[in-house]
Amino acid sequence: MKKIMVAIDGSEHAERALQKAISITASPEESSIDLVYVVDGDKSKSDVLHYGDSDTARYKREKMLEKNADIARQKGIQVSIEILHGDPAETLISFANSKSYDLVLVGSRGRNKLQTMLLGSVSHKLVKYIDAPVMVVK
Amino acid sequence: MKGVFTKEEWFGNIRGDVLAGIVVALALIPEAIAFSIIAGVDPMVGLYASFCIAVVISFVGGRPGMISAATGAMALLMVTLVADHGLQYLFAATVLTGILQIFAGVFKLAKYMKFIPRSVMIGFVNALAILIFMAQIDHFVGESWIMYALVALTLAIIYLLPLLTKAVPSTLVAIIVVTAIVIFMNIGVRTVGDMGALTQTLPMFLIPDIPLTFETLQIIFPYAVALTVVGLLESLLTASIVDDATDTDSDKNMETRGQGIANVVTGFFGGMAGCAMIGQSIINVKSGGRGRLSTLVAGIFLMFLIVILGGVVVQIPMAALAGVMIMVSISTFDWSSLKTMHIVPKTDVAVMVVTVAVVVYTHDLSQGVLAGVVLSALFFAAKISKVKVMSLLVNDGNKRIYYIRGQIFFASVTEFLEEFKFSEDVEEVELDFSAAHLWDDSAAGAIDKIEMKFKQNNTKIHFKGLNIESKDLMNKIGGLSNNGH
Repeated sequence: MKKIMVAIDGSEHAERALQKAISITASPEESSIDLVYVVDGDKSKSDVLHYGDSDTARYKREKMLEKNADIARQKGIQVSIEILHGDPAETLISFANSKSYDLVLVGSRGRNKLQTMLLGSVSHKLVKYIDAPVMVVK
Repeated sequence: MKGVFTKEEWFGNIRGDVLAGIVVALALIPEAIAFSIIAGVDPMVGLYASFCIAVVISFVGGRPGMISAATGAMALLMVTLVADHGLQYLFAATVLTGILQIFAGVFKLAKYMKFIPRSVMIGFVNALAILIFMAQIDHFVGESWIMYALVALTLAIIYLLPLLTKAVPSTLVAIIVVTAIVIFMNIGVRTVGDMGALTQTLPMFLIPDIPLTFETLQIIFPYAVALTVVGLLESLLTASIVDDATDTDSDKNMETRGQGIANVVTGFFGGMAGCAMIGQSIINVKSGGRGRLSTLVAGIFLMFLIVILGGVVVQIPMAALAGVMIMVSISTFDWSSLKTMHIVPKTDVAVMVVTVAVVVYTHDLSQGVLAGVVLSALFFAAKISKVKVMSLLVNDGNKRIYYIRGQIFFASVTEFLEEFKFSEDVEEVELDFSAAHLWDDSAAGAIDKIEMKFKQNNTKIHFKGLNIESKDLMNKIGGLSNNGH
């Protein structure tokens, strides 16, 4: 059994990471994917403003994740979804290290060199601090 | 008072709460001073308010981990009251606001938040951000390039320092650096001390020095109502955001009442009315604050800093403060609402823009919310009042069946009535209401009118497919029951 974690943020980059995860699973019956989504304070602000309350925001996130999960389920892969709260990098790192994943996939936002130098990136930190091998999908 | 003194809410996260409380206290000081300046009162009024509200709400609030203090939204409502009648009336209005909010809590009015459309709430925060920004522009009037340079430096430190380290709050570093530059280089720019007195003493209990007459009530009541509404709107919105960010639930009625108690106390201790703060609450949660202790520490540490460091605080240049407040306005604005503008319905965009425009024009968030709610209601009525009527002739042209789809009520009856050919030469007509709903006496009146007009033309009329509620309505006020159908 291969355990894979895919960090999802609702962007197309994350979707590409999921597609990659699906394509590299040799035998779907032998693999499981955890889709992980992190909500931080600013996300809470804009989601509550746009969806009205916390319950609706949660429902919308679950729906978005389930849509992604279905893509993998159609290939016969066992998928579960996880919504976490906190700083994206820190939360993903401690979650990933608390479970023994064989592989972690994240999407890269494809910033240019200057932006990466100035802003750093969540994917950098994940590569550095997650115990399991991390694949950054461009 | 369930939950107020539970161990978990107070001591479930001591280390995180204390650290976050300290970070929030440091972030609160410049805002409390800036909002005092917006309201036109001494910095102490905002600082006392922030201390009292934070401490009181940590005990009586319904949302642990949320930060309440003196806010921009409330400060903007007080400007004319302070200018026309003075500080004592502000204290009285603050107490009255608290009393109204306690009533709102006792009568569980929090659930009526749902009548405020989301686009109005988005307009609310965007308008607030714009007004906070506009209030900073005043500080630039008549200033030299030094002011601009110092504001630019403040903003540069605030936004660039986190790229190097997140160990210290960048706003604090910005204020310290810019203040140090001004002090050591002896630059003659305006400081916080020039905006009003700052006393290094704890707030004292005082009874607002106002005549207890009906006239006083007439003066403060409209302000108190606006403060009550705006305070609760921002507090309940913030509570939902904290609910979401911490993935926990909170008691909105308890929070409503708690805001009231906090404002009553604040008014008696020389503070201005306040409410929950979205930005500070997010800072608290991000810094690891979860429990009531974080809010208590924020309030106490803020007062401690003022008592100890008041002499330094007055030397903070207005440029540093303006820089911090520009950052606050940028983070208050809901930028995602601009990104999604082309996707959401045009009427929602219109409601948001009108809410913002009314607030910016009146400087009164409550009027903007009212305008937004009314406009939303009108749009809704316009959308839902579209009634479709299709008809076809049967029985060799002797009978016409009308199929009616939609909501029949006061706003839709006029159009609805125009759809019928009353003078058409048929023996009978049938009105099929299977996909329609009659809502009010205007609807019942319209049905009576249709019945009457067809009868005048000697046309038989039948009704079909009325749902139970519509039938009940007609039985109560319409003439349909007499028709034997």
